Amino acid sequence: MPPPQASVLLDPIVRHNPIAVQILGVCSSLAVTTQVSTALVMGLALTVTLCLSNVSISLIRRHLPRSIRLIVEITIIASLVIVIDQALQAYAYDMSKRLSVFVGLIVTNCIVLGRAEAFASRSAPWPSLLDGLGNGIGYGLVLAIVAVVREVLGNGTLLGATVLRRAADGGWYVPVDFLHKPASGFFLLALLVWGLRTRRKDPPEDPAS
Amino acid sequence: MPDAPRDTSPRRASWLERLRRLPEESTAKTLLVAFSVAVVCATLVSTAAVALRPRQRENRDRERRARLVEIVSRIPGIEEIFARTGARDVETDMVELATGRIVPSMDASGFDARKAAQDPEAGVAIPSALDVADLGRRAKHAPVYLVKDRGQVKLVVLPVEGSGYGGPIRGFVALSGDGNTIVSLALFEHQETAGIGARVEDPAWRARWQGKRVRDEQGRLRVGVATERLRPEDAAYQVDGISGATITSGAVNDLLRYWLGDDGFGPFLRTLR
Repeated sequence: MPPPQASVLLDPIVRHNPIAVQILGVCSSLAVTTQVSTALVMGLALTVTLCLSNVSISLIRRHLPRSIRLIVEITIIASLVIVIDQALQAYAYDMSKRLSVFVGLIVTNCIVLGRAEAFASRSAPWPSLLDGLGNGIGYGLVLAIVAVVREVLGNGTLLGATVLRRAADGGWYVPVDFLHKPASGFFLLALLVWGLRTRRKDPPEDPAS
Repeated sequence: MPDAPRDTSPRRASWLERLRRLPEESTAKTLLVAFSVAVVCATLVSTAAVALRPRQRENRDRERRARLVEIVSRIPGIEEIFARTGARDVETDMVELATGRIVPSMDASGFDARKAAQDPEAGVAIPSALDVADLGRRAKHAPVYLVKDRGQVKLVVLPVEGSGYGGPIRGFVALSGDGNTIVSLALFEHQETAGIGARVEDPAWRARWQGKRVRDEQGRLRVGVATERLRPEDAAYQVDGISGATITSGAVNDLLRYWLGDDGFGPFLRTLR
């Protein structure tokens, strides 16, 4: 039996968080987290992709021959990503420039194909939508946490507004340059994963998940 | 009682029904699903691309104009020139690159350099020995933006393009009226790595270009990005590369040397001296 619907939505946000617990989609989380605004838009773009791809794949799940299943899923995901990328370029040009190639790279984000395979291809549309929403929020949440640390300590700002006055502007705060480098995202993410796994006694080490 | 009027709908239904009952793994079903998905996705993508294109082009044009205004407003004393001449605007001309002559009959407003470069008539292949910026082709003509004061050119803004690490790099270089001193370099259209190559937009790095000279007294092209340490004798012409971004720095070097060189705007710049 499928789990109750609330847990379909809420589980992936913390308990089965796609990045921190399942370690999927890490690459983009390193690249777009120097600023909170890009992290939020990236989280939103992934959530929209995930919801739409989950619902479309769930709708045709009974007519999906197993031999071409993966190709069909990737085609659907890729088309959705192109549409979202085009829409960003038309309606949020500055943001799309800052996200550069990373919106297009959602196609290769393991979370999207992972959820399509593991959930949407065997569930009804409504739970699939909730699953997509939950995983998207879980992804966006981790991105936002990493981005808050990187933007505040690396730049002294939060969403562009000054919180720590930089020494260069006459304040006291000397920004940590390391936080601009992609590697710092990796370290922060590792700390987050460590924290989550130590705090909880039941890390899902099940290789099947 | 199988009467004639009842004939069509059951047959239609049974045709659909038969489709739905096709075994999942049959070739017919596989082909049908693949084809339908392809058609739906292709329609979706092309509709979005076509419907959103005008808006995207508008965004890019607006960005280009904003950068042009920004680069022009950086020149020292520009406000004075504008105030004196009364014209708050920039004169746009089309230049024939090979001769450096302004072509008054051409209109710059609808000019698309990328399209023209690919056109067999309006574009020309760049000989590979000269193609330092790795462009392949370029348009025969290019727009130049001139700010004048009492008929004298005070500022020349030239569009430049090169090949970076992540894709094409495009922007403007502004030279003072002598056509030999850089006032500003704005490379705003690029896909360079965030935090590394994308620092071509960094104000501190851009500021280093101010006052650099393009050619020396003998007319040799000296402008560029220093590959290793900036030697004292090159300091008047070159800036240090962006650390960690060797390919991007090299691309900026190449695009400047191409567009300010003899196959680029060189002939036009000579007419200013």
